[in-house]
Amino acid sequence: MLKIEGLHANVEGNEILKGLDMTVNPGEVHAIMGPNGAGKSTLGYVLSAREEYEVTAGKVSFKEQDLLELEVDERARAGVFLAFQYPVEIPGVSNMEFLKESVNAVRKERGQEALTAAEFLKRAKEACKQVNLPLDFLKRGVNEGFSGGEKKRNEIMQMIMLEPTLCILDESDSGLDIDALKVVADGVNSQRSDDRSFIVITHYQRLLDFIKPDFVHILADGKIVKSGGPELAKEVEASGYAWLENHEEASA
Amino acid sequence: MSEQIEQAISREYEAGFVSDIESDTFPPGLDEDVIRRISKMKDEPEWMLEWRLQAFRSWQKMEEPDWAHLGYEPIDYQEISYYSAPKSMKDRPKSLDEVDPELLRTYEKLGIPLHEQEVLAGVAMDVVFDSVSVVTTFREKLAEAGVIFCPISEAIREYPELVKKYLGTVVPRTDNFFAALNSAVFTDGSFVYIPKGVRCPMELSTYFRINELNTGQFERTLIVAEEGSYVSYLEGCTAPMRDENQLHAAVVELVALDNSEIKYSTVQNWYPGDENGVGGIYNFVTKRGVAETNAKISWTQVETGSAITWKYPSCILRGDNSVGEFYSVALTRARQQADTGTKMIHLGKNTTSTIISKGISAGNSSNAYRGLVKMGPNADGARNFTECDSLLIGDTCAAHTFPYIESANPSAIVEHEATTSTVSDDQLFLCQQRGLDIEKAISMIVNGFCKDVFRELPMEFAVEAGKLLEISLEGSVG
Ligand SMILES: Nc1ncnc2c1ncn2[C@@H]1O[C@H](COP(=O)(O)OP(=O)(O)O)[C@@H](O)[C@H]1O
Ligand SMILES: [Mg+2]
Repeated sequence: MLKIEGLHANVEGNEILKGLDMTVNPGEVHAIMGPNGAGKSTLGYVLSAREEYEVTAGKVSFKEQDLLELEVDERARAGVFLAFQYPVEIPGVSNMEFLKESVNAVRKERGQEALTAAEFLKRAKEACKQVNLPLDFLKRGVNEGFSGGEKKRNEIMQMIMLEPTLCILDESDSGLDIDALKVVADGVNSQRSDDRSFIVITHYQRLLDFIKPDFVHILADGKIVKSGGPELAKEVEASGYAWLENHEEASA
Repeated sequence: MSEQIEQAISREYEAGFVSDIESDTFPPGLDEDVIRRISKMKDEPEWMLEWRLQAFRSWQKMEEPDWAHLGYEPIDYQEISYYSAPKSMKDRPKSLDEVDPELLRTYEKLGIPLHEQEVLAGVAMDVVFDSVSVVTTFREKLAEAGVIFCPISEAIREYPELVKKYLGTVVPRTDNFFAALNSAVFTDGSFVYIPKGVRCPMELSTYFRINELNTGQFERTLIVAEEGSYVSYLEGCTAPMRDENQLHAAVVELVALDNSEIKYSTVQNWYPGDENGVGGIYNFVTKRGVAETNAKISWTQVETGSAITWKYPSCILRGDNSVGEFYSVALTRARQQADTGTKMIHLGKNTTSTIISKGISAGNSSNAYRGLVKMGPNADGARNFTECDSLLIGDTCAAHTFPYIESANPSAIVEHEATTSTVSDDQLFLCQQRGLDIEKAISMIVNGFCKDVFRELPMEFAVEAGKLLEISLEGSVG
């Protein structure tokens, strides 16, 4: 599904990703952990083609296409979804309008008919329920005046509606209490399927108690420095990231 | 980001077209003789001619205003032709095949039915078509209610007493340079009269007066709402109309008598000129209403066209408890310049006014809000609330806000809020990451910004206005 090879990327002239490799097969859940500033969010932005993030070397293929050739919206319509660490507000544009336009843009790309108003509403209501947001959220402006937790749940709702094939969740757990965390995790788990993959970026192991990853990767200084199964996350929890310093020194 | 946005907004005007040579037109120039000829063409009574001549004599002594935040080459008023007859059937396009395909594309995007497209594009139609029956039923319904809705030239002949009583009472002939010019040379426009206690049974739209395609560059509109009556009037149409005149100087007068309400909505979508500001309509408009006791006047406007817009729909709140409202969206792009806003003149007690202005600037355009809130000495307990928001798209455009407040009454309350924001990279990225292309993303964000104004528009108009903004912001690749 996704194959990243030797990926280097700059932000404002600084090299942030320094040769990253990763392969994600259909249906897999990959967790990416790592200290602040390691480049986790950068990876999410690079994969979704954010303008300021410049790829300087490496290859990324997604479902047999060269992902790097595609624009932001083309990637989105091809099935790449990024749940933002800090979702932005769009005042005056209702969640409903926004979702409807997005869903239909994606459906059009897939050669599907636009949803009828009734069908759309039905799905939107279900999605709302799934992430435990009251229905009137559909009428409110996108993220307008939402609390931190509501914004995160709203991201998951969008994911559910858009039915992407690759979901990148950037710290969807940060700032959530345990109940909200469970809601987010349930939302994600409900979407797991054989043909949908996840990259779950998190700073803490806690989220992975609820979303069981197939693989855990440690990202530090722009590279995957260690990969393993779920047990790796436990190790990190026990020992923190301090050991990385030694690792870096060792590899330097 | 800015490069993407540049591309997305540097579109060609989709309604531009080259017109045929017009035959039935006065030679350029303006003197008393020209005014006599206009009056004669219109078969006007003597008093009307006299009224025009007086306006002309005042105009000759007046100076063109230069206080607006606008820059343009001086207009030579002797180089303009002041009368051009509506195109005869034979000069008009015979069918939509002869109409500029760009124009048709715009109509299509707006979802305008075929026969309406023909009307808007000025296709010659001497056969009966669908809309004619619509217009006829429309006329009958209005007549039943006692509502008069006709071209002003017809009203001058048919209802001289009414016209004489109210014409120039809200915007006097000598009010300003452009109003004086209009008073001297106006050729057409609408007249509306709503009798006492009548709620006009439908939205009145200039569009229904389809026999008057070429309403002309000096339009004059007069709306009189008798005591306790109500009318909603739509000026213009979201679809661009054929228009060959560069200078427009319209005057609109609203008379809202006790307990009446007039809602006046405008969509202005004239040719804005090309990327370099060449061509394009100059639009200098005087719009004003007087509200008597308990009366309400509400102006809603969506302005996306014209190279230059100079326009301040105003309310004189003369009666106690009268209400004035101004809701405006003004979008400028390329080299468009807009200086627009409102005046709320509070004379009566407990008068209230609301001003919501949304300015959107893109490209190299300049967008200014200019508003005056004046509280007269007798305006006890009067209140105004003003909200003025500017949205910038890209970094080569400009927004200005000039709020003037004059209060001669200490019990009056004036509130003013202003914000300036930009379409942010984060917002665009979010939209695009959800599958929307850049144009859709920008138009959605802009529409959200305008929501407070759009909800004041009549339903159908609001939907079309949204689409219009989208088209106005579109890149040349459609
Ligand atoms: N838009 C940006 N402009 C400048 N520097 C950036 C930008 N985004 C990220 N960076 C820098 O890139 C590095 C990695 O950031 P990020 O990917 O957000 O890390 P993480 O998500 O792992 O905490 C940091 O040093 C950060 O300061
Ligand atoms: Mg991050």
